[in-house]
Amino acid sequence: MDDSLQNNKNNRRKFLRISLLTGLSAVAAKTVFADIPVDPENEPGEMVTLLSPDGQLVKVPKEKINYMEKYISPEASHQGIPHRKFVMVIDLAKCKNARKCVEHCQKAHHLPPQQEFMKVYLMQESEEAAPYWMPKPCFHCDKPLCVSVCPVGATYKRSDGIVLIDNERCIGCKFCMTGCPYSARQFNWADSPYLHVDQPYSPETSVPGKEGTVSKCDFCPDMIRDGKMPHCVTACPMGVIYFGDQLEDIVTNGDETIRFSELITSRSGYRHLEDLGTKPSVYYLPPVNRQFPVERGFDQPDEINQRYKDVPFVKKMHKN
Amino acid sequence: MESNKRKQELLKEFLPQLEKTSFAWFAWVAFLLIAIFFAIYALILQILRGHIITGMRDNVVWGVYIVNFIFFMGISYAGALVSGSMHLFKTSWRGPILRIAELTTIVALFIGPLYILLCIGRLDRLPFLFMYPRIQSPITWDVIAITTDLFGCLIYLYLSFIRDFALMRDSKDIKLPKWRMNIYKALALGYQDTPTQRNRIKKVTDIMSAMIIAIAIIVYSVLAWIFSVTLQPGWHSTIFGPYFVIAAIFSGAGVILILMRVFRSIYHLEKYITKKHFVGVGMILMILSMFFAYFTFSEYLTKWYGSKKLDDNLIQILFTRYFWHFVFSNYVGTLLPIIIMGIPRFRTINSITFAAVVAVVALWVNRYLIVVPTLETPYMPIQDIRPDWILYSATWIEWSLTFGGIAMFCFLFTLAAKIVPIIPVSEVADAELEMSEVLAHGQDSHEATRTKSIIKHAAIKKEDHDQ
Repeated sequence: MDDSLQNNKNNRRKFLRISLLTGLSAVAAKTVFADIPVDPENEPGEMVTLLSPDGQLVKVPKEKINYMEKYISPEASHQGIPHRKFVMVIDLAKCKNARKCVEHCQKAHHLPPQQEFMKVYLMQESEEAAPYWMPKPCFHCDKPLCVSVCPVGATYKRSDGIVLIDNERCIGCKFCMTGCPYSARQFNWADSPYLHVDQPYSPETSVPGKEGTVSKCDFCPDMIRDGKMPHCVTACPMGVIYFGDQLEDIVTNGDETIRFSELITSRSGYRHLEDLGTKPSVYYLPPVNRQFPVERGFDQPDEINQRYKDVPFVKKMHKN
Repeated sequence: MESNKRKQELLKEFLPQLEKTSFAWFAWVAFLLIAIFFAIYALILQILRGHIITGMRDNVVWGVYIVNFIFFMGISYAGALVSGSMHLFKTSWRGPILRIAELTTIVALFIGPLYILLCIGRLDRLPFLFMYPRIQSPITWDVIAITTDLFGCLIYLYLSFIRDFALMRDSKDIKLPKWRMNIYKALALGYQDTPTQRNRIKKVTDIMSAMIIAIAIIVYSVLAWIFSVTLQPGWHSTIFGPYFVIAAIFSGAGVILILMRVFRSIYHLEKYITKKHFVGVGMILMILSMFFAYFTFSEYLTKWYGSKKLDDNLIQILFTRYFWHFVFSNYVGTLLPIIIMGIPRFRTINSITFAAVVAVVALWVNRYLIVVPTLETPYMPIQDIRPDWILYSATWIEWSLTFGGIAMFCFLFTLAAKIVPIIPVSEVADAELEMSEVLAHGQDSHEATRTKSIIKHAAIKKEDHDQ
């Protein structure tokens, strides 16, 4: 998405100030200063030596440095990215259960093998209906029941449409989990090495997780702020997942960039369980004119394939 | 005064229960304490190792803990409703069982909320419920409701105790350590049984008994709404509020019957708690079991007949995996009280108690069937290979905390019965006096009460005049 810099107007202003100061080029240096750790022992007025992208060492007065705010605190995470309404479109015609979205998401969010923010279901509405693979993230509903029922405001809906969880506020009552009709939420049932990650906690990264609290897919706002796509979008080899901004009416899967409204109308996009009235931000394109037969999805280890044994289609397949 | 004399006589009869502590009592308490400490051990393990050691997982996020929560809260509200309405409608035979009902209310109310705490992943953040409350959340409604109920019930219970505390303070026969007598003295709040005081306490108790009924209905409906506001097919039901209220009084009436039977035997209360009382409360149990059966039937009929896909899934597993649970809780549990109470020949104290035990257990299972199967049939199919993630089964941790709660209930009840007479002495003595007046003057009871109230008013006026 090349609108990333506009995304972060504030950050860019801060950033421009630094670039003027150091006389560096604006485009490449974006993250240079952010990665320099703050040294509390530096006296005010002291000069700091920095490495510019073209390999030159430059001296900068320390108090003049504006650190790029990459870290979003739990408080700050309540503010959505301004003038955005994020949507996701998942093209079921292209999904073959490659599970790359799942794996990359798990890696990025430090999730143990069995815990998946993004799940791939094998759906079959009835015995006669066609089976299809359905990747399912959190739907980031516009009328999120999980947010309504939370007694302490640990989960919240932002102006950009994203529903986040602050695991420093969450008391772990699990009411949101019973409230969510899409099974999007998971509980951290026990302490595990996956929960010990040496980085400051932000609801925007959902890392590190915390025992006794709830977590779920966060739409990767940290990536969006960096002008990148959520992990599942970039990971998908088939370009199944489109991500974008409903206000700008644009979604992209990395290969192609399309008008969101056009995509939805021309391909008869729908939202899962629309009748529940939760108004999800995730749309599906029906699995018509498929690129792969459903069977291609079973190209997976046994413990994954075992999951789908109760689907009528799989039962029938085993019988034959 | 005649009534005072009778009261002291009555109290004397009950004093041995307060004064003497038998070996059996200590053994019983020791047994309960062991169960409680075992539960505490289980709780410590749960806190240290996390909720992974329970049977709860991402689909069935609430298990027997929430079942126990509903169960104990139900018993509590039932105690309040039964004692409140008996008081309000001046049921003539209420006297001897009133205190059992009131104690049930308060003891269960202490235990119920503990179970919701067991479901909470981070107990250290409990103050957040008060620091960052969100009024949109039914849990916040429940926090407000339960606190209100707790205060209301404590006031109501205390009001019913004051006269007996005063009696014990004034008793000359009582052989109790000085510190205990001092406590009674403090708790009696200087009550001297003057007509003004008596009238006041009656008025306040009347108001509180009416309020306690309203509070109990609202509070238990709020608890039901925690479930019915969600979109879960087994919970999203408009009748859940009244359904839960009826189920609560049903189970509570059962618990009161069991306790009546227990105290009747161990305290030899055959003279006070008679078959009349068992039949009386048994009738309440029967009527409620009819209501409960009716609500249960209409709840499941609509799910089955209309057969939406998800409702159908739920009905499917209720009639396959949970078939015997379903039969026991919704057929046996409702029909047995109706049969035993409905056919006069079957109405004995023991059979009524048996019906009560079955009803109470059935109601517990009924709550289990409301909570667990619903969570096992979510909107998104459960596609997992971990068996414990697919089906819920409670672990020993959950069971020991369940039995710990029951032990706690028995323990608190045992202690309470050591502190105050299990029969409300003043209430019973007054009722006796009223009855004897009626018999002596051959008036109907209505007239008797009217005459009494005229006398009372005259006395109050005289007293005011004297002052």
